[in-house]
Parts: sequence; C-alpha cells; structure tokens
Amino acid sequence: MGIDLPLLWAIIILFGVMMYVVMDGFDLGIGLLFPFFKSGDDRDVMMNTVAPVWDGNETWLVLGGAGLLAAFPLAYAVVLSAFYLPLILMLIGLIFRGVAFEFRFKASPERRGWWDLAFIGGSALATLCQGITLGSFISGIPVHDGRYAGGGLDWLTPFSVFTGLGLLATYALLGSTWLIMKTDGLLQLRMKLLARNLSWVLLLFIGAISLWTPLALERVAARWFTWPNLVWFMPVPLLVALAMLGLWRALRGTKDSAAFVYTLALIVLGYSGLGISLWPNIIPPDVSIYAAAGPPQSLGFALVGALLIVPMILMYTAWGYWVFRGKVRRGDGYH
Amino acid sequence: MDALLLSRIQFGFTVSFHIVFPGLTIGLASYLAVLEGLWLKTGRQVYMDLYHFWSKVFAVAFGMGVVSGLVMAYQFGTNWSEFSRFAGGITGPLLTYEVLTAFFLEAGFLGVMLFGMRRVGPALHFTATVAVAVGTLISSTWILASNSWMHTPQGHAIIDGRVVPVDWVAVIFNPSFPYRLTHMVLAAFIATALVVGGSAAWHLLRGRSHEPVRVMLSMALWMLLAVAPLQALVGDAHGLNTLEHQPAKLAAIEGHWENHSGEGVPLILFGWPDMQAETTHWKVEIPRGASLLLTHSWDGSIPALKDFARADRPNSTVVFWTFRVMVGLGSLMILLALLGLWLRRGGRLYRSRMFLRFALLMSPAGLVALLAGWMTTEIGRQPWVVYGLMRTADAVSPVGALQLSISLALFILVYFLVFGSGTYYLLQLIAKGPQVDEGLLPVDGGPGQTRNPSRPMSAAPDAVPVLAGLVHPMRS
Repeated sequence: MGIDLPLLWAIIILFGVMMYVVMDGFDLGIGLLFPFFKSGDDRDVMMNTVAPVWDGNETWLVLGGAGLLAAFPLAYAVVLSAFYLPLILMLIGLIFRGVAFEFRFKASPERRGWWDLAFIGGSALATLCQGITLGSFISGIPVHDGRYAGGGLDWLTPFSVFTGLGLLATYALLGSTWLIMKTDGLLQLRMKLLARNLSWVLLLFIGAISLWTPLALERVAARWFTWPNLVWFMPVPLLVALAMLGLWRALRGTKDSAAFVYTLALIVLGYSGLGISLWPNIIPPDVSIYAAAGPPQSLGFALVGALLIVPMILMYTAWGYWVFRGKVRRGDGYH
Repeated sequence: MDALLLSRIQFGFTVSFHIVFPGLTIGLASYLAVLEGLWLKTGRQVYMDLYHFWSKVFAVAFGMGVVSGLVMAYQFGTNWSEFSRFAGGITGPLLTYEVLTAFFLEAGFLGVMLFGMRRVGPALHFTATVAVAVGTLISSTWILASNSWMHTPQGHAIIDGRVVPVDWVAVIFNPSFPYRLTHMVLAAFIATALVVGGSAAWHLLRGRSHEPVRVMLSMALWMLLAVAPLQALVGDAHGLNTLEHQPAKLAAIEGHWENHSGEGVPLILFGWPDMQAETTHWKVEIPRGASLLLTHSWDGSIPALKDFARADRPNSTVVFWTFRVMVGLGSLMILLALLGLWLRRGGRLYRSRMFLRFALLMSPAGLVALLAGWMTTEIGRQPWVVYGLMRTADAVSPVGALQLSISLALFILVYFLVFGSGTYYLLQLIAKGPQVDEGLLPVDGGPGQTRNPSRPMSAAPDAVPVLAGLVHPMRS
C-alpha cells in the first residue's frame, strides 16, 4: 500500500486532540473561573456563552479514544493503563461537569448551588488530571515487551503536578479571554483584569516548563539544541514571545476577540513545541507511531469512515459557532 | 478481591448502567418514527402530541447514553489493556465506526428531528426521524458486530500474538452476530413498549384517561403482542446457535453436568447448580425436555459441563438464574400482551385496574430482562474474553487492586448520584404525561443555539412544570 497509514492516523489523532484542548479548554476554563464570580446572574451569563457549543468538544475526546484504539492499539493499551487513576478521575470530572451543565438549568434554585459546585469541581478535576497525564506522558512511559512496565503511581511526580497546575492556568486564561470576547460591561472588565494576572502566571509556567524539560530529558535537549534543528525550531519561542506581547496589547485595547485569538496561538504553539519534543514517538521515550500501529487492514478500514465523517463534523461545528457569534448578555436565557 | 475481579465488577457495573439508555433510545427512535408516520398518514393530532412528548424522553435518554458511553470508550484501555493490545485491530475500527455513526447522526439528523419541525417541511422532518431511528440501529450493528466477534471469532489471523483482520465481511458477519443483533434490537423494542405502556397505565390509574394516554397504551400493547412472542422464537434460535458455537455456555445455562446414554437430557426448570460439587441441587426437571427442545429428538444429548475442564467452565450458578429471570419475565410479557388483547373487547383495557397495575409493574421488566440476558451471554462466555482465543484473566491491565478499588468506589458513587438524578428527571418528565395538543408547540433550536443537538438533553424542558412554582422567574 502506498499510503503511509500510521502517519495519516497520527495526524488525525493529533488534530483531534488539539481540537479537544482548544475547544474543551475554554469551557473547562469557565468552570475554573466560576469561584471568582459569586453572583448567579454572572454565572448564568458565563455558562450561556458556552451552552450552545461546549459539548461538541467531548466528540473529539471520544473520537480520540476510539481512533487511538483502532490505529495504535499498543499505544492505547500502554498509555491508558499507565495513567489509570488520572484518566479515570478525568472521566469522572467530565461526567460531573457535563451533567451539572444540564441539570443546573433544570434544577430548582435551591439545588442549583450543588450543581454549580459539581461544575467547578468537575472542571478543576478534569483539567488537573489532563495536565498531570500530559506531564508524565512527556517524561516518558517505561515499556517492556509492548506492555506498561512502571508502577501504579509513576504519574505522580513534581513535574507532572507542575504541568497539571500549568494546564489549570492555561484553561483559565483561555476561558477568561473567551469571556472577554463573549461578554461586555462590568463582567468583561473583571475578566480583563483576571486575564492579565493569569497571563503572567502562564508565562511563568511556559518558561519553567521550557527550561525544565530539556534539563531533565536529554532527548528533548538533543531535539531542540542541536544544529540545524536550532534554526528550524527557533521561530517557536519567538512566536510565543510575540503572542504574549500581542495578548497584553489586546487586553488594553478594544478589539474584544484579539485576546482570545492570541491565547489560542499560545496554546497551538505550546502544543507544537511538545510535538517537536516527542515526534515521531507515540509512547515517549522511544515507541514510534510505526511500532505502535495496528495492522494496515485495520487502519485502512477505519480511515474510510474517518475521512467521510470528520469533515462533516468540522463543517457542522463551524456552522454552530457561526450561528452563535456575538455577545451574550444578562437575561439572554437559553430560551 | 483481586485486580481481575475488581475490573470485571467495574466493567459490568458501568456497562449495565450504560446499556439501559441506548436500549431506550433504540426503541424510542423507532417508536417516534412510527408516530410521525401515522400522523402524516392520518393527520390525527394525537400522534403528534405523543411524538412531542416522547421526543423529550428520547432526548434525555440519548444524552445520558452519550455521557455513560464516554467511560466505555476508555475502559478497554484503562482496565483491559491486554485485550486491546491483542484484539484492538478488530474491536478498534468497529468501535470507531460506532462512534462516527453516532456523531454523524448528531451532526446530520438529530438536530432536524428535535428542533427542526418549524423549519423544514413535514416530509423532510419525517425523513430525519427515520434517519435517526435507522442510525441507532446502525450504531447497534457496529457494537454488536464487535461483541459477537468476541463470542464467535472468525475472519482473522493471529500474527505475532496479535489479531489481524483478514476478511472484514467474515469478521462482521460472524456466526452469532445475526442472532445477537436481532435479539438485542427486539429486546430494546420490547423494553420501550413496556415503559410506554407502563406510563400509560400509571396515568390511567390516576384517572387521566385522555386520548394520548389511551393511544399510548394501545400502541404499546399491539407492539408487545407482535414482538414478545417473536422474541421467544428468536431467543430459541439464538440458543441453538449458542449450542453450536459455545456449548459450555449452554450447558451452564441448563445446569447440565453429564450425559447418561439412553436417558436423554432432562429440562431443569429450577435448581441450584453447584460449581464445587459439580451437580445441580434441588432440581425440578422434565425428563427428556432439553433433548426435545435443543436436539428435537427423544434421546439426543448436548455437551455437558463435565465434558469441559474445570478451568473452562462458566459459572453455572449465575447464568442458570440470569437466564431464568430473562425467560420468566419474557413469559410474563407474552401474558401481558395476550391479556391486553382479550381486554380490548368493550374497551375494558383502559378500565381494568388489575390489568393496569400489572402493566405498571411490568414497565421496568423489559430493561431487567435485557440486563439479565446480557449477563447470561457475557458471564456465559467466561473464562474467555475472546472465545477460545484469549482468557479474561490474561486480558486485564497491570493495574493494582488499590487503584481499582478507588476507581470502582468512585464510579458507584458518581453513577448513582448522576444517573440517579437523570432517572429522577426522566420519571418526572414521564409523570407529567402527554398533553392534548402539545404537539402544536414545536421546540426551536439548532446548532449554535442554546438548545442544540449536541446537547440532546436541552430538547427537554428546563424545569418540569410540577416544579414550575419553584423555578427562578427568569427561566420561564
């Protein structure tokens, strides 16, 4: 077969995960910002800015899981069993968050507080667990004979907790800039202040992780700091600096969507930075997408369906966002 | 408890919660298609009223099915990594197709069905409803193809210790697939008919005897009359298929330990299979019954449990009883359908309190029987996860018992809380009942709006009017 199936599937899954991070990022972020806004009306507005779009996101998470099993069964088996507890906790957080979303709208006011709490807790738990998983994924997973060869708590390291906190800051920033775009008045003003503080926190995390990974992991240092890679990858940190400057300018300016766009750029850059550090390994440090791929008959068969339906999902998602463009104000209920 | 047992309990628990919701949505989607078809054909408003009412229940059940399904998509890796490593080449693409079908539905037709009544013509709207109904069946097809392949695997080769699909048609159309698919889809139809009929009975018992409620009861009972006896036949055929391909499972279901030449095989009605003593205690049996049923001959024999090594026997105590629960409930369903037919003369159907109480009691019976049937087939496949190819004990992830205990406890807590609230909400919706002319109030929404198909639950009202007085004024 002339088609590089593992490569195609790696691209589909990488794309799916990025869609997930970007799209679920801002609505998880809204859950993280809830504690800063006590008023029921503010919370209603915040939730209504994502009500029409938020759970297209879980689409990408389910598709990522199923696609990984279809295309890279070895990676699916190793990664998911290595990160058993953080992934289970993430799922539980997402269930709570998702159901809280629906039932908060349906519950009576005296019970709404509980669902608010479930929304905050679910969002925070899911984000923290995703960040911890990401951190320990970067650090590498011991594999022996195609099986996970580490312990049950290997995922819990200072580095992984640090990336977990970093992801909390990232999603909170993404959520606050999304809200700057979707709200106005006092709520928007408070978001801008919050976003400015969060951007400093995130800058700190980006800097620390960019130093920590090459210092701790020789393979990452080798990838970035050897000739001529240094030249090829130099634009990444430069663009990060530019995006950060752009974000600060946007937070002082009046174009409400700019801050969100710059934050998205920061996240995409961070994501590509991770991609550069790890490529072509699907289980760091040394199992490549080719080693982890399933039989070509499986990849080819599943690819037909993915190529037919993923573009449809994309068009549908874009349509949804287009219909929903513009500001959400107090009293614009969900019906 | 060891890691294997904990993982099995966790999977059984989460999948049992999950299957209830798809079971309802498969049945309700087809019911909705029938209702709308009848409305288009006859123009009677009552069908549209019922459509409107049950589409809200459908939407909530669909939403909860999606949420509980998310967990399933990950558990094959978190808890059954060796299984995924071994069989992912086949189960992975099938699962992917199931997921893609579900999203295709959401993006394509669910939105039109739930929110599009005012925007597209009735014919196009009907097309969307039919597409959603067919879509739920296609989704079931993929999942059941994967599950059936685990029972009767074929079309694969094993290369370097991993399954490689050689012939996808053979993989999908494996020997038990047609039986299992038919049996499951009919089970979903029956479970839905019983829920619909039971809710009608509940309203009638409370004196609410308006047209939508009566039509609902009548339709549910016609459905039951057609499908419940058919299900008995399909179940029988499925059993013969099991005898051919998984004889140990059938022997365990029958509590049949050994053959005695010339005596035929008795049909054990009740008893207590004892795995240690290798016998079935306190048997109540019909001599030669099983020979007649399963081999259609006076002294035909079927493989017995003692023909299999101890390590290859499924737990007969469990599957003997789950099977009898399923069959017993199935018989009661046929009885309910026949009683209903008899009471139709003179319209006693809507007045007989005894009958209505029976129908109300039977409303969860379809879902219980569905769960009992799944337990029979899945526990009956043990000790194999892929029959004859991989043992369940070899399929489990290298995860410690402590972590598994934590996750299992959390799942139990969260599922009862979350799906308990969801079920409570569903019951409230049903308790409100269909209203005359409610079909004249179409629900508006769509992609990018607050009510939209990727949040199916948003199609249901934000608060059930029973609680209307308590709800924030802004909400109405």
